[in-house]
Amino acid sequence: MPFHIPEPSEYPHYAVVMKGIVKQFPTVLANDHVDLYVRAGEIHAIVGENGAGKSTLMNLLYGLYTPDAGKIHINGKETLIKGPAEAIKAGIGMVHQHFMLVGPLTIAENIVLGEEPLDSWRFFDLKAAKKRVRELSETYGLHVDVDMRIEDIPVGTQQRVEILKTLYRGANILILDEPTAVLTPQEADELFVVLRNLTDKGKTIIFITHKLNEVMAISDNVTVMRLGKVTGRIPISETSPRQLANMMVGREVLLRVEKAEKKAGEAVLAVNGLHVKDNRGLEAVKDLSFTVHQGEILGIAGVAGNGQTELIEAIAGLRKKEKGKIELCGKDITHSSPRDIRELGLSHIPEDRYKHGLVKEFPVYYNILLGRHYLPPFSKNGFLRHKQVYERAKFLIKQFDVRPPSILMLAENLSGGNQQKMVVGREIDYQPRCMLVAQPTRGLDIGAIEYIHRTLIGLRDAGVGLLLVSMELEEIFSLSDRILIMFEGEFMGEAKPGEITLEEIGLAMAGTPLAEVRKTEAASAGKSETTRVES
Amino acid sequence: MSKGWQRIFIPLMAVVIALAIASVIILFIAEVPGPSTGNLWNDFWNQIGVRFSFLGRAFQAMFEGAFGSQFAWMNTVIRMTPLILTGLAVGFGFRAGVFNIGAEGQMAMGALMATIVAVNIPGLPMFVAIPVCMLTGMLAGGVWAGIAGFLKAKTGAHEVISTIMLNWIASNITNWAVTAPFATGSGTPKSPEIAVGAKLPILFSIEATFLSYGIIVAVLVAFVMYIILYKTSMGYEVKAVGFNPYAAEYGGIQVSKNLIMTMAISGALAGLAGTLESMGLYYRFYGTLTSGKGFDGISIALIGQNHPLGIIFASMLISGLRTGSNQMQFIGVPKHIVTIIQSIIIFLVAAERMVRTIMGWDRKKKVKDGLAKSAS
Repeated sequence: MPFHIPEPSEYPHYAVVMKGIVKQFPTVLANDHVDLYVRAGEIHAIVGENGAGKSTLMNLLYGLYTPDAGKIHINGKETLIKGPAEAIKAGIGMVHQHFMLVGPLTIAENIVLGEEPLDSWRFFDLKAAKKRVRELSETYGLHVDVDMRIEDIPVGTQQRVEILKTLYRGANILILDEPTAVLTPQEADELFVVLRNLTDKGKTIIFITHKLNEVMAISDNVTVMRLGKVTGRIPISETSPRQLANMMVGREVLLRVEKAEKKAGEAVLAVNGLHVKDNRGLEAVKDLSFTVHQGEILGIAGVAGNGQTELIEAIAGLRKKEKGKIELCGKDITHSSPRDIRELGLSHIPEDRYKHGLVKEFPVYYNILLGRHYLPPFSKNGFLRHKQVYERAKFLIKQFDVRPPSILMLAENLSGGNQQKMVVGREIDYQPRCMLVAQPTRGLDIGAIEYIHRTLIGLRDAGVGLLLVSMELEEIFSLSDRILIMFEGEFMGEAKPGEITLEEIGLAMAGTPLAEVRKTEAASAGKSETTRVES
Repeated sequence: MSKGWQRIFIPLMAVVIALAIASVIILFIAEVPGPSTGNLWNDFWNQIGVRFSFLGRAFQAMFEGAFGSQFAWMNTVIRMTPLILTGLAVGFGFRAGVFNIGAEGQMAMGALMATIVAVNIPGLPMFVAIPVCMLTGMLAGGVWAGIAGFLKAKTGAHEVISTIMLNWIASNITNWAVTAPFATGSGTPKSPEIAVGAKLPILFSIEATFLSYGIIVAVLVAFVMYIILYKTSMGYEVKAVGFNPYAAEYGGIQVSKNLIMTMAISGALAGLAGTLESMGLYYRFYGTLTSGKGFDGISIALIGQNHPLGIIFASMLISGLRTGSNQMQFIGVPKHIVTIIQSIIIFLVAAERMVRTIMGWDRKKKVKDGLAKSAS
């Protein structure tokens, strides 16, 4: 049965109908006559590449923008949403990708924040707050300990708190923006159970994602967007990830990276007994040792915040090392400056491109210069040679397909994917011997991901040693030659991508050493069939 | 409108608005009782007419006082010289993301040290004495600001606090110097006159008023600062640190070294401002030599949008307003009106966001930024 496009008379059965939505930004038409039909009580996924306009559409629904044209019907009633306050009044809640919670406050306090129950003296009534939060959490099966502080609970629980927050404000329609980006596979599964629970209780869920397997696993219907337009609308039962990917990108894509077997060469990066502290002064990396060889990608899997950031920053020279030794191509770089480390052949695609990777106020060509601004041919006797810089920048943005291809544009005006391509291009142009690659495709669309993956594999085949850190398990699986699983600053085990299952890696990421995971599995072997992940 | 044009438009618009507001004030304070005709209506129109003609004369006087004659020009340029340098000092700091509020103290220290040297080198030829004194003044200002840079880089002490405190220390040191060990004569505390060889040659003079080569030095320094900021690797590093210290560090730039160096350069410029005042205008150190010119540097850097060329024009504007205000006073407009104009200009330039919002340049971007922040 194809997707049913409702007549206006059927709108009362639909939680959200957006009709003919147009939103023009100064340079782009973000939404070009977009129609969205979300039935009451369903989980509706919106998928699309970055810049496809899905976030804009949701921001319009949540009242953060006003549409230039088009109408929004909520539960069959035409509604004008002028701001988030009105959206909340109309029963719409949004859970942003990054949580907006107050660390030192408890779960109950966070949930009622802004609409606190008051006692007869008009003071904050904590008891009533706790009671109401407990009731809510029981009604929807979102179990939380209301007295725990936000800073002490895992990300998965924080997300529940965010969901509870929207429910507390009376939301019937929940918008979730990339909700699984920060979760382990187990936590994601738990989230899906929660979402099902919510729809059983009559809530409607709109789910933005670019992970196709999640769309397949959880949603009822899916709307696919590309370049501001809807390119497909289909019930989940009738589609496949491949078809969705085609609709998203408009062409066939490789969901898996092709990569030849390759023998690793000599060691390029050797880390020995490394200890690093985080910004709070707590030990974030605990006695880690590993080696990256020429022509190999060593992947580090793990949930965000388990010391990966500190590890990468320590190697790059951006963070102090407490103990241990780091060698790059046989030279001790434990206490070297970032500049010296770069000059020895280490380049670095940073995890947070806005913070470390680029200067957003600089034009593209200045960003491409970063790190080499003092080296020939770009500098001579302390003077910048703009002509050489321009030429190199033009060459790189062409080679790495940075769009729009203008080297004079400020970096902040590029889209995320193009900023990343610029950073990747610059770091590859160093011709490194070893490369630190952190979250290389975070927030990027399929087209850009594919391109960056192929580029990284190309580097590996050319003999560069790569250390890859990613929260995307799929990325780790498809790129790495070896995988290390990191939890709370320690390695839980090492595996080859073909020899470990998603379940095993998920358990290891949650803190069970891989050896133990396998032991328990061996014990219960035969009882359940686990799916092998091919690489 | 492109970013470059906005940078010019904002200060210009600020000046226009400030003059408009000043006009309203002048219209009200004008003491011009028109002849009474016994007819209220006619009286009213007379008043209006007289007041507007007064306003016209006031601005005419101001303009003529600042730029209307060779003598006026000369006075404006004399005042401009130290302002260019303190403006460059603060502006260069802003480029690197530091707020050097201590140009006043650096200027005083520079002037004092240069004067001490200049007094004690009689008989030295000009081509040795002048560079030696200038370098001394720059070094003194640079060291004074460098202290704040060092404290920031090593301990994280905020430069606004430390430079303000250093201002007081400098003020007390210089006041003590010209009242006790280095004092001469009576009346205003002052140092002895500097050696002949250390006096800057005179470019131009009318009667007893003279303009030294100091202005040439100041403009040349502005040009050099332009080259440094836009054409060198060092300028690249300074700007990178100013915009995003994390990315700068990632790109192999030593942020703390850069901070200290930027502060030192900034202080050297302020020190040079004081030195030129001593060597080219007063020929000695006065306790009142700086008299707020270091703080003026902040306004000038803001109005000039931290661009060396903009800073030259901003200095000309401010010194023109001040020089012209004397003339304006003769026809009965209090001098303070100029302070009001200057304050409004600075207010509007500093509140750039306001102008941007009024012009609608910012609205979409702000929403987008907010979302990007909440989404990333």
